[in-house]
Amino acid sequence: MSDSKAGVKDVDLSIYDFRYEEKDFYRVDEGLTEDIVRQISKEKKDPEWMADFRLESLETYRKMDIPEWGPDISGLNMDDIVTYVRPNTEMKAKWSDVPDDIKNTFERLGIPDAERKSLAGVGAQYDSELVYHNVKEEVKEQGVVYTDMESALTNYEDMVREHFMKLVPPTDHKFAALHGAVWSGGSFVYVPPGVSVEIPLQSYFRLNAPGAGQFEHTLIIVSEGADLHFIEGCSAPKYNVANLHAGCVELYVGKNAHLRYSTIENWSKNMYNLNTKRAICEEGALMEWVSGSFGSHVSYLYPMTILKGDNSHVEFTGITFAGKGQNLDTGSKVIQIGKNTSSAIDTKSISKDGGISTFRSAVTIMPDADNAKTSISCASLMLDDRSRSDTVPALDIRTQDADVGHEAKIGRISDDAIFYLMSRGISENEARAMIVSGFANPVSKELPLEYAVEMNNLIHLEMEGN
Amino acid sequence: MALLDVRNISVEVDEAEILHGVSLEINKGETHVLMGPNGAGKSTLGYALMGNPNYRVTQGDIYFNGLSIKDESADKRAKAGLFLSFQNPLEVPGITLSSFIRNAIVQQTGEKVKFSEFKKNLKESMELLSFDESYKDRDLNAGFSGGEKKKAEILQLLMLKPSLAILDETDSGLDVDAVRTVSKGIEAYQKKKEGALLIITHSTRILESLKVDRTHILVKGRIVKTGDASLVQEINEHGFEAYL
Repeated sequence: MSDSKAGVKDVDLSIYDFRYEEKDFYRVDEGLTEDIVRQISKEKKDPEWMADFRLESLETYRKMDIPEWGPDISGLNMDDIVTYVRPNTEMKAKWSDVPDDIKNTFERLGIPDAERKSLAGVGAQYDSELVYHNVKEEVKEQGVVYTDMESALTNYEDMVREHFMKLVPPTDHKFAALHGAVWSGGSFVYVPPGVSVEIPLQSYFRLNAPGAGQFEHTLIIVSEGADLHFIEGCSAPKYNVANLHAGCVELYVGKNAHLRYSTIENWSKNMYNLNTKRAICEEGALMEWVSGSFGSHVSYLYPMTILKGDNSHVEFTGITFAGKGQNLDTGSKVIQIGKNTSSAIDTKSISKDGGISTFRSAVTIMPDADNAKTSISCASLMLDDRSRSDTVPALDIRTQDADVGHEAKIGRISDDAIFYLMSRGISENEARAMIVSGFANPVSKELPLEYAVEMNNLIHLEMEGN
Repeated sequence: MALLDVRNISVEVDEAEILHGVSLEINKGETHVLMGPNGAGKSTLGYALMGNPNYRVTQGDIYFNGLSIKDESADKRAKAGLFLSFQNPLEVPGITLSSFIRNAIVQQTGEKVKFSEFKKNLKESMELLSFDESYKDRDLNAGFSGGEKKKAEILQLLMLKPSLAILDETDSGLDVDAVRTVSKGIEAYQKKKEGALLIITHSTRILESLKVDRTHILVKGRIVKTGDASLVQEINEHGFEAYL
């Protein structure tokens, strides 16, 4: 179908493309050297083991090759990337104390508003440091720890040391190694045994400085029988210099615990998003991922779940929207080790205006995982003939009795459906947007209301006509 | 001035001409019946009137309320007061029946709809159609039976209140009770909303409780006979044999 007929154009994300003048007091030289890594350690007052960890990671980083199996990332020049930018502010406990320019940025992202909607706590990351942090008293009284990673390294050093990059070792891939060397900021959550956190914890990450990479680390420990919903949201302004995001998320889900991790990633369209997320589930644990990928130039994103304990389960629900100039390679990985484990991967992808969307999954069922179940389902919607959608599902089954289901669907919006909606007085653009929203609905209904609204707005923005 | 004035239109689908110079006039509040054997072009006329882009009007013109709508898109025609009940309504996952209808009303009128009033009207219309209220929260037509889809079409008719509704084989595939229920809805539209109708049908069951003003017989892309309500009875008894 032609452009004029479709009447849809590439998204104008300008409403998110706002930024304020930079006021850095500390900024390292461009490019990545041992000196830079030492500087970071010194500046952050790392304990010795962490300083060593960073240097070892840098070694690993240098030895490893850039992955060649996915979308092209040759446009990314590490020497151009300022790895560490720290905003000119100290940690603030009260919103009124946050400097105005930073506050304005957050105001426009609706953070204090979200806070008012009784979210349990907001940890908002401006560049590489947490500038605003407030955990509600009732959550604190339950013994829940929700803090920035730097504070956690000081106050909960043993717990951090026991878990930090144990699930995602720096040797995992080149960008995990890079993360290990230069990580900065992020969230730490600890939920004590048996504690149910009734309202979701939320963090909002945001990159601001041109050319600055962001390497935030999220470490969440949900103890036996505990329950948590954590929401990660991202929005970045657009710049001309290639931007890199190589964050790392490690989730430890204890025996019979439940963790839901929801994300909408909406990076600017020049971002290389090479994010690594991984969860490990003990016996009887339930891990739920809800993942929306909208922005970025290139994404590699495959949250992995290791079902280590018997009777542990994972559900992954994801949506990816690739527009003009975007190559989004997303999916999920699962390793089933325990008996009676089950995994369900359900994804949707939308591609438009030459956007490329690839679904990639890898499920491994290990020899001792008796009575394992897995079901993988992906549906792709292509909005024009120039766009592309691929499916790469990999299955490695090493047992005899696994119950395996796989389903892939690729389709277009039928002209008949458009006509049907138009015959009710709905314009062609609105009809398309309605159908795409409807397609995304199984994902949006998994999100908390304000995020579902945000996602719906993003879809309408992406679909908006002339 | 006629509400709908179809002047000698020819219609092409995939470069094959299906309708060859069809003319038709429908006045405000009138009920017309269009009958004809399979493949005569009845649905083609419905689609062409509603503005399906795959059905090209190559000759003639269509006037609605005195204005040519031949080159208008389907949504503009709907806004002008035209409605088509589909023979095979499409399934649209992810949009509930009630939010779809509400959205359509907002788009057509350009005004906000009072939620309480909308809810009340929807409930009344669903009751009239013996349509289980839980369907309002289900995805539009998704997994609906044939009868439920037709009820959903008539529900939209009642809620959108067009000035002319084309019903394309609304009775096909329905059992006796369902036909009776659906025609109750059509009767309500006809009487309470003073709506005009063009009913495309094979059978006469749906017409039993409706007052019919004119009947047209369409054969091989041409209207070969127009008469009053008695023509329906004639076709019912003798079929189309005489017109082939």
